[in-house]
Amino acid sequence: MASGKSGRISRVAGPVVTAEGVSPRMYDVVLVGELKLMGEVIKLVGDKTVIQVYEDTSGIRPGEAVVDTGAPLQVELGPGLLSSIYDGVQRPLPVLMAKQGDFVSRGVTAPGLDRSKKWKFKPTVKKGDDLHGGMVVGEVPEGNIVHKVLLPPGVDGKVTDISEGEFTVEERVGSLDTGHAIKLAHNWPVRSPRPYLEKLLPDIPLVTGQRVLDTLFPLAKGGTAAIPGGFGTGKTVTSQQLSKWSDAQIVVYVGCGERGNEMTEVLTTFSELEDPKTGKPLMGRTVLIANTSNMPVAAREASVYTGITIAEYYRDMGYDVSLMADSTSRWAEAMREISSRLEEMPGEEGYPAYLASRLSEFYERCGRVNTLAGPTGSISVIGAVSPSGGDFSEPVTQNTLRIVKVFWALDSKLRERRHFPAINWLTSYSLYSPMLEEWYRRNVAEDWSPLRLWAMETLQKESELQEVVQLVGSDALPEEQRLTLEVARMIREFFLQQSAYHAVDTYSPLKRQYEYMNAIRRFSDLSKKAISLEVPLDKIVALKVRADLGKLKFEETIDADLKTILGEMDRQFAGLGV
Amino acid sequence: MAKEYHTINQIAGPLVFVEKTEPVAYGELVSIALPDGSIKRGQVLDTSDDVVVIQVFEGTGGIDRASGVKFLGETVKMPVSKDMLGRILSGSGDPLDKGPPIIPEKRLEIIGAAINPYARDNPQEFIQTGISSIDGMNTLVRGQKLPIFSGSGLPHNDIALQIARQAKVLGEKEEFAVVFAAMGITSEEAQYFMKDFERTGALKKAVVFLNLADDPAIERLLTPKLALTTAEYLAFDLGMHVLVILTDLTNYCEALRQIGAAREEVPARRGYPGYMYTDLASLYERAGRIKGKRGSITQFPILSMPGDDITHPIPDLTGYITEGQIVASRDLHRQGIYPPVAVERSLSRLMGQGIGPGHTREDHRAVSDQLYAAYAEGRDLRGLVAIVGKEALSERDRKFLDFAAAFEDRFVRQTKDEDRSIQQTLDLGWELLSALPVDALTKIDRKFIEKYHPMNRKK
Repeated sequence: MASGKSGRISRVAGPVVTAEGVSPRMYDVVLVGELKLMGEVIKLVGDKTVIQVYEDTSGIRPGEAVVDTGAPLQVELGPGLLSSIYDGVQRPLPVLMAKQGDFVSRGVTAPGLDRSKKWKFKPTVKKGDDLHGGMVVGEVPEGNIVHKVLLPPGVDGKVTDISEGEFTVEERVGSLDTGHAIKLAHNWPVRSPRPYLEKLLPDIPLVTGQRVLDTLFPLAKGGTAAIPGGFGTGKTVTSQQLSKWSDAQIVVYVGCGERGNEMTEVLTTFSELEDPKTGKPLMGRTVLIANTSNMPVAAREASVYTGITIAEYYRDMGYDVSLMADSTSRWAEAMREISSRLEEMPGEEGYPAYLASRLSEFYERCGRVNTLAGPTGSISVIGAVSPSGGDFSEPVTQNTLRIVKVFWALDSKLRERRHFPAINWLTSYSLYSPMLEEWYRRNVAEDWSPLRLWAMETLQKESELQEVVQLVGSDALPEEQRLTLEVARMIREFFLQQSAYHAVDTYSPLKRQYEYMNAIRRFSDLSKKAISLEVPLDKIVALKVRADLGKLKFEETIDADLKTILGEMDRQFAGLGV
Repeated sequence: MAKEYHTINQIAGPLVFVEKTEPVAYGELVSIALPDGSIKRGQVLDTSDDVVVIQVFEGTGGIDRASGVKFLGETVKMPVSKDMLGRILSGSGDPLDKGPPIIPEKRLEIIGAAINPYARDNPQEFIQTGISSIDGMNTLVRGQKLPIFSGSGLPHNDIALQIARQAKVLGEKEEFAVVFAAMGITSEEAQYFMKDFERTGALKKAVVFLNLADDPAIERLLTPKLALTTAEYLAFDLGMHVLVILTDLTNYCEALRQIGAAREEVPARRGYPGYMYTDLASLYERAGRIKGKRGSITQFPILSMPGDDITHPIPDLTGYITEGQIVASRDLHRQGIYPPVAVERSLSRLMGQGIGPGHTREDHRAVSDQLYAAYAEGRDLRGLVAIVGKEALSERDRKFLDFAAAFEDRFVRQTKDEDRSIQQTLDLGWELLSALPVDALTKIDRKFIEKYHPMNRKK
């Protein structure tokens, strides 16, 4: 039996390489061939080791060496992650560019964290303190946040010394009595979820300031959402709005198998966008992972894990993290590609039979938890799916929808009509609403839920009435139903449409969302009363207060206006005899 | 001298299996000497201690068990040089035009490495193609990849040729160099392209790769890679702006499927291999701009949608990689409208970055939004007219209906030599819009109406 740390290649078939004479553990990283290409062990058969290689294998031949690094695929976790842009296996792209030029060539390694940069470390523990894994030992200012330096999970002991000062990520800042050297950074295998104390119920919303999301289809902190990213639906703007405004402190954006030019766009806009909370560039709290569609497929498969591990690290510091995976369909295709090279028995449409379990394992790594360090932190995942041929019955979409609790149906029809954000209110859903009800009741308004239900019902009724209208025209409807259409239109145009580019409208606090919807409802109630008194609908619609209600979302004074407009509404309806 | 093996133990379709070799590299170039003295070339697809699988580019006809197999010790490389401009090459890069052999300045790997996303520059220079339905509604920028989704019998070749002829960046004298790669098109079609290149003198600034319908299908897998390698050399080494036309990608994908089937791979949708997305991406993603480099690669892949089905895996996967698509419409073609661009189904994802002040004109976005919306409204009304008749429409609706017809007839339709400037395109848009009531122009800012609307301009 082979026992060595190194062996020889016996077969090369695209990104899948078979080796003999080396006996690594499953998922160990190995260096393949004379170029020392990075690969990962994905199967052990007899004396043979099957490896997926993260780089192009052209020119590699049987007989070349394979060396086991003895460790699984890991990422470096420490200060310096924020504002970085990595490939799928955490190689910093700017460093690669400096080393090898404009094209990503092979066999170059670069550490994920800058080795020379010094960080200002301030300990929060002292000599003699009893520590356990995952605890915070000190703080370092990083980007727009305070980076908590964590003891790696699984390491315990008493502090024997610890010092304040400027350190690089490799330098020792202190020691434990077990001999463990405390450093600013540590490594973690990407395929193992980082431990936490306990998972909490997702009963706090991730507030995004986007009315259609917060009011109708809320995502919980630690929740999961899917958006279908078909071509041209405004996915990019939506994800930028989420990154910019949601009350998550850290954003991890995984560009998995997407366009190069698109990643460039994300990169430029994120560096230009201002973080509204600190006034600094948004990149200062963002980690970008870019593995474009023509970069090696195995690294694409890994990129999603690299992203979630970095997200978990910041969660463990007690932060709320939002992770955008764009697109999980490309990730699944990478799995399919590798699986087919392994000649595995396929499931549906050639995808491996373990597709569903891999997807659910990934989504299960999000959630709101009590961390080992004490405070709670969360990871909310927004996964884009790109159903091929727009066919939602394909396996990736279906398996994703089985897991995620929120579906934001971006709709190209709405986009064509210039309704933004183009989220379809009839096909979208959120299963978190009942769980979040209590929070909204306590923090926003007592009657939040009934109000939300009323809005949903009105929109639903509208779509039923629209079918009739298309046959007979709206004039044939009774006044009351025409009023429903009118109110639904107000909900759509005033409330659901929101301009990402307007200074006031781009972010709408929850209280304001409530007041706004409440005002529309009051208008509806008063109109109903008016109609029962046989006031013609045209007169109601012509009321000035209606037009004002539509315009006020663009006014700086919106919150004050919302207070006064109710009185004004009563007055104008009184003029109609209500 | 490379060793010659006579140990072929299996030939199946385009694949040759050779036993008992010294270690052979994955992707290595192979030459096979046939009994009749001819030489075929291939590439290693799978290599192991026991057996090496070779995909033969020129087809396996004539190869027997005794044929000599030589491994050439390097992967497929493309010799490139500035002198390639004006040359016509075969699908595997050999001169077809009886010209002198090309003396290479460099030999480049044909599997291009990915451009580091960090090194990419944002594409934003407007390319004027002179075609209104593209310039006005689906604007192309330098560094973009914008496929033409067409169908059999539609004039996609004419559109591609017209673009190649007319494409220019405003304010720059320099023309585009054209790299043209034909994959499995008929010799008639190829002639058509060549004639046009010669007629317009475009051939001087073009490199042509021809893999025709009767050339081996497997060679098609090579052709676009050779073409793109050449394009990269011209763009990023020599600083030229290159327009790459690839036609027809559907034939390329068929070849991909053929290899997959021969290797008995597990197929994904409709028998195409599961790695087709990655494979197509490795072509399409070789477009773009690089920070600090002068040149650029803009791609125009042409693909015919089997059965005009846009959800077919080939257009579908393409649409997820490219930055939009120009869709050719059979309806418009039947009405005799050239170019038959289905504006409502076409899209340019990079349009926003290439239009507006400093690029085209300040009113471009508004005009295109308004044209789009009005055309959509007019088209919707056609359905209604079919049921209730034109008489039942309101005055306003009738105007929209007429607008849609005028839009197709005057804005979309143009001749094959008509090169409209962006000013002409936008002014034509305004002229058509002026037939609608002013208060129906809701997508256009008041200040643009005051400045550009014909009723205000005449004053």
